Amino acid sequence: MPSSLALRVNGVAIEVSPGTTVAVATMLARTSCRTSVSGMPRGPLCGMGICFECRVTINGVSHCGSCQILCESGMDVRTDE
Amino acid sequence: MFEPMNNPAQQKFDVLVVGAGPAGMAAAVRAAECGANVGLVDDNFSLGGQIWRTGSATGSPPEASEWIERVRAAQVKILCGLRVFDQPDAGVLFAEGAVGISELQYDKLILATGARERFLPFPGWTLPNVMGAGGLQALVKSGLPIQGKRVMVAGTGPLLLAVAAYLKKHGAEILMICEQASWSSLAQFGFALSTQPGKILEALRLKKELASVPFVTSSWPIAAGGDQVLESVTISRKGRSETIVCDYLACGFHLVPNTELAALLGCRISEAVQVDKFQRTTVPGVLCAGEPTGIGGLELALIEGQIAGLAAGGREADARRLFPRRERGRKFASELEAAFHLRPELRSLAKPDTLVCRCEDVPYARLQTYTTWRAAKLQTRCGMGPCQGRVCGPATEFLFHWIPDSVRPPIFPTRVESLAAIAHCSEPQEHLVSGGQ
Repeated sequence: MPSSLALRVNGVAIEVSPGTTVAVATMLARTSCRTSVSGMPRGPLCGMGICFECRVTINGVSHCGSCQILCESGMDVRTDE
Repeated sequence: MFEPMNNPAQQKFDVLVVGAGPAGMAAAVRAAECGANVGLVDDNFSLGGQIWRTGSATGSPPEASEWIERVRAAQVKILCGLRVFDQPDAGVLFAEGAVGISELQYDKLILATGARERFLPFPGWTLPNVMGAGGLQALVKSGLPIQGKRVMVAGTGPLLLAVAAYLKKHGAEILMICEQASWSSLAQFGFALSTQPGKILEALRLKKELASVPFVTSSWPIAAGGDQVLESVTISRKGRSETIVCDYLACGFHLVPNTELAALLGCRISEAVQVDKFQRTTVPGVLCAGEPTGIGGLELALIEGQIAGLAAGGREADARRLFPRRERGRKFASELEAAFHLRPELRSLAKPDTLVCRCEDVPYARLQTYTTWRAAKLQTRCGMGPCQGRVCGPATEFLFHWIPDSVRPPIFPTRVESLAAIAHCSEPQEHLVSGGQ
């Protein structure tokens, strides 16, 4: 297993350890996951796939619950889409 | 991953278990040991549920490893990363994964869908870095660095202590644990714990680990402050307010059972899923174990899971031998419930402009005028977003005494491709709206 994985969050390259979820990658990239319907920044709340606050776009697929998806090498993560 | 959907992959089991936490793993193991062909499905990427989270960066306890070994030895078919979202016909469930839809057929079904944290709205609770207590722990287990971070832990329930101990062990600076219950309420619980040797050891060990951490009772968060992200928490402590600068607020008000799938299947629910002595629900062939039958903790979940697995596998005599242990567990659960009962003052934490529904940004003032959950939903869209009321439902139950509405499929937001891939999608438009897509 590689010691780190490289992926992009909103175009910015970041490296994470294997076993890191995409939700954590967005936090490491210092971005909120989404903007609410009234324009407020939101980040992960429940950490277990219930609240959907951490939903992001991964490789073009929108509404991915990022706390339940592991980072993969080369992933393209977009927040607030 | 993340490619177009194919037609549903079909799999058939004698016993299908939904939820691979302690109850689900125990159920699967015991059913498989009876000779049944068992499937174990879970929406997470590894076994263990929220409490064990095996396969995480920070490791898992020996008891978790033992059960995983038993799951593998019993040749249970593990279906991780699949989320059950609909029952098209009796005996069939649809589940969505990254690569497509699975059609899971069963003779007997065991629901072990666990619990989630209860969140109560207060000003600022929607700021990033305000999280569930279990939520922050889950993120740390998923790789979030916590070393040197200043963490406030607040809410209610034994989970707060376990989370604080875990975070401290991983280098967090736990500034304070604010427990809303009173000291006298907890002292009664402490006394009751003495009938549970395993539990009191656990409590004592945590006490030692948390020796230097201020543990404050009759205390709760009244506001979270910060521009774009959490910067401080204001707490109420013995009638006075105090503002503390921090990086994270880990805040949960005990747990609520995940009963949505049971409700979809038509099982009788009264706060929790109703079961008989063999963990059978009111729907023939559907059993339920662990937190969905009432919050009771790990030991009770393991016992209920085993009883359900043995009952589903036809070994009722073996299941009966576990009844006394389940009784002890249930007694503990009722003591827990009493000790951490939510105080009425928490109903006034939300201010008129405090959001109650985070998906649709519905403030408290808009909800106040309605008398039922259904009316509020229809008029304000409260509970109509992607979480489908999983967060605001338990909150409004406490705030307004509203009783949750009936459950409709899909019980989780489901991708359009998934719905298109299954023949059964007679009302997709409405479902998509309810799924918040």
